[in-house]
Amino acid sequence: MDQALTIVVSVLASVATLLLISVGLAVIFGLMRVINLAHGEFLMLGAYAVLVGTRNGISIWIAIPLAALAVGIFGVIVERLLIRPLYGRILDTLLATWGLSLVLVQAVSIVFGPATNGIGTPLGSVHVGGYSFSQYSLVLVAMAAATLGAVYALFTRTRYGVMARAAIQNPAMAQALGIDTARMNMLTFGIGSALAGLAGALLAPVAGVVPSFGQAYIAQAFMTVIVGGPDVITGTSAAAGLLGGSYSLVSYFATPFIGQAALLLIAIVLLRVLPQGLSGNWRTYL
Amino acid sequence: MAKDEYEVNLTRLIRGDLSRRQFLWGSGLALGSLGLAACGVGGTPTTSGGPVPVGSLLDGTGGLNIYGTVMIDSTNFAVDDINKKGGVLGRQLKLTAFDTQSTNDKYVQYADQLMLETKAAVVMGGITSGSREAIRPSIDRNKQLYFYNEQYEGGVCDKYVFSTGVVPSQQLSTLVKWTMDNVGKTVYTLAADYNYGHISSDWVKYYLGKNGGTLLGVDFIPLDVADFGAILTKLQQKKPAAVMSLLVGGAHISFYRQFAAAGLQGKMKIVSPTFGLGNEQVVLTSSESAGITVAYPYFQELNNPTNQKWVADWHARFGNDYPYVTDSANAVWTGWHFWAEAVNKAGTLDRDKVISTLESGLSFDAPEGTVHLDGKSHHLTHNVNIAQTNSSHGFNIIQTLSAISPDPQGQCDLIAKPDQHTQFTPTL
Repeated sequence: MDQALTIVVSVLASVATLLLISVGLAVIFGLMRVINLAHGEFLMLGAYAVLVGTRNGISIWIAIPLAALAVGIFGVIVERLLIRPLYGRILDTLLATWGLSLVLVQAVSIVFGPATNGIGTPLGSVHVGGYSFSQYSLVLVAMAAATLGAVYALFTRTRYGVMARAAIQNPAMAQALGIDTARMNMLTFGIGSALAGLAGALLAPVAGVVPSFGQAYIAQAFMTVIVGGPDVITGTSAAAGLLGGSYSLVSYFATPFIGQAALLLIAIVLLRVLPQGLSGNWRTYL
Repeated sequence: MAKDEYEVNLTRLIRGDLSRRQFLWGSGLALGSLGLAACGVGGTPTTSGGPVPVGSLLDGTGGLNIYGTVMIDSTNFAVDDINKKGGVLGRQLKLTAFDTQSTNDKYVQYADQLMLETKAAVVMGGITSGSREAIRPSIDRNKQLYFYNEQYEGGVCDKYVFSTGVVPSQQLSTLVKWTMDNVGKTVYTLAADYNYGHISSDWVKYYLGKNGGTLLGVDFIPLDVADFGAILTKLQQKKPAAVMSLLVGGAHISFYRQFAAAGLQGKMKIVSPTFGLGNEQVVLTSSESAGITVAYPYFQELNNPTNQKWVADWHARFGNDYPYVTDSANAVWTGWHFWAEAVNKAGTLDRDKVISTLESGLSFDAPEGTVHLDGKSHHLTHNVNIAQTNSSHGFNIIQTLSAISPDPQGQCDLIAKPDQHTQFTPTL
């Protein structure tokens, strides 16, 4: 019983991690169709932001939202300077954001040094019978659920959300209806970046903060979003549940290596069977 | 519109890249360097007066400069020290150092440059085993004397290669025995999923067998895995007395953090021959790293007189706020001094004579204590210190074992069989 509970928590934490790292990409890549290869570095910036915050005496619970805000603002700047001229030019965006990721990694190495930094995991551990797990993994699960809910509500229930989706799906018509599509895209990119920053900030206390922080996550994030398919939020959640769950369970019953192999295998098979992704045939909005 | 533009660009790219003239240029250059390579064979520097050219290949930029920076500092420190003491054969050393930028192809390129152009009397460097193996074929082809000064998985047996770093059999023979005596008989191994982790986990198995321990399981963890939830559950289920961590790199630091956050510190003990290489004890809070036990030849805290003077000189040169002088710095320093001593003793830069002097059984008073060069295996007998993390992000030494053999199974004998160019793995 206690063992089962520990396994469940570990599975949920894996799914939550995958969700958190993918949701920003789901907005930027899934919704806006901008291949942001610097997504991993946006995560990394969030982690460094929370590091700077806590080093300056700010409580980690305040530093995390501040980090998300900072990366969101950075995302807006990137959109203005780099992404805006490249909408619709997928390969060029790919190259530009890849370049951006290299610049960011090197810039952070110069400023903070190449060595690993870190923040201790806050909160203690929960003991259930002979087993124990960290309370912070529950925080990750709660935050992933809250983030998902908030993003879903934002894009389906608010005026901004409808306008943002209109600006992406049919820019000409949206402009004809008086929507400032350039501003909408800037905001949406900023929100996607802020979500990436939030994920990096939340993961900083369980991982080592290094300039290469993003590389451990970027491939998984893209995989989750692509497997998720066109319904950005629901598809990504389903993909995160499936991939994260199978990774965690297979890691437990076999080894983490087989776990990773299982994750990749499931992704490949799914895309072969459902080329549109999990949500290819769903009739939802987001 | 986008699609057309892309196709045009692509065609331009393909055409531009493979224009006939550039192709011819490329092959011409390739042929030219082949010719150079042919002339370069010989390996012994031809210059007889003036400074002695020596070369170094280390990563000053890119991901590996976590390890490279301190090794580069140590290289400059050692070469200057040798020069201050009169150089070799009354000649000063002239160091040509390349930044290999954490990429193996740069190693190959610069190694060739050091051998063919600089005509270095000795080449030192390489950090990952991958970088060493990338240049070893061309080191052997050019019969170049080469020192690899870094901890690695062990077993390289090559006439032209000397390794001054500690190898896992040396650390693990002491660490496993210590664990059996002080912690318990059951061990679960977590190893980084590449040759270092695989070979080291074999050594763990070997020494557990020798000391009557039980291996409850081994998990190989890919280097980019940062989510250890499943592993933590598994550990709690198997309940080993000790977790042998052969984890490496930035992502794996999260293991120690998640282990502490899950409240496992009171239940089992982490022992590791890799913890600390990436300054993990500085990154983690002292409560997260509490009680982790490691085994290395060198710690900045060693209180022998050579080390105290060395660390003081180091801080005088590089500043008092220098993060931590690592085991790798000690290995680099030792490598350069062994070479200089051998050249002076041989009275010549002639490669074969320097090698046979090195094989004659030299000793050196290194910061880690006196080390002895094992002529048969071209590795060092090391002194291994068992140490535990302390509350000030450093280590407390709890036990010192001296003169541990680098080749416990006696696999390599380069004096009897100089033509071996191989890498041994432990036989179980």
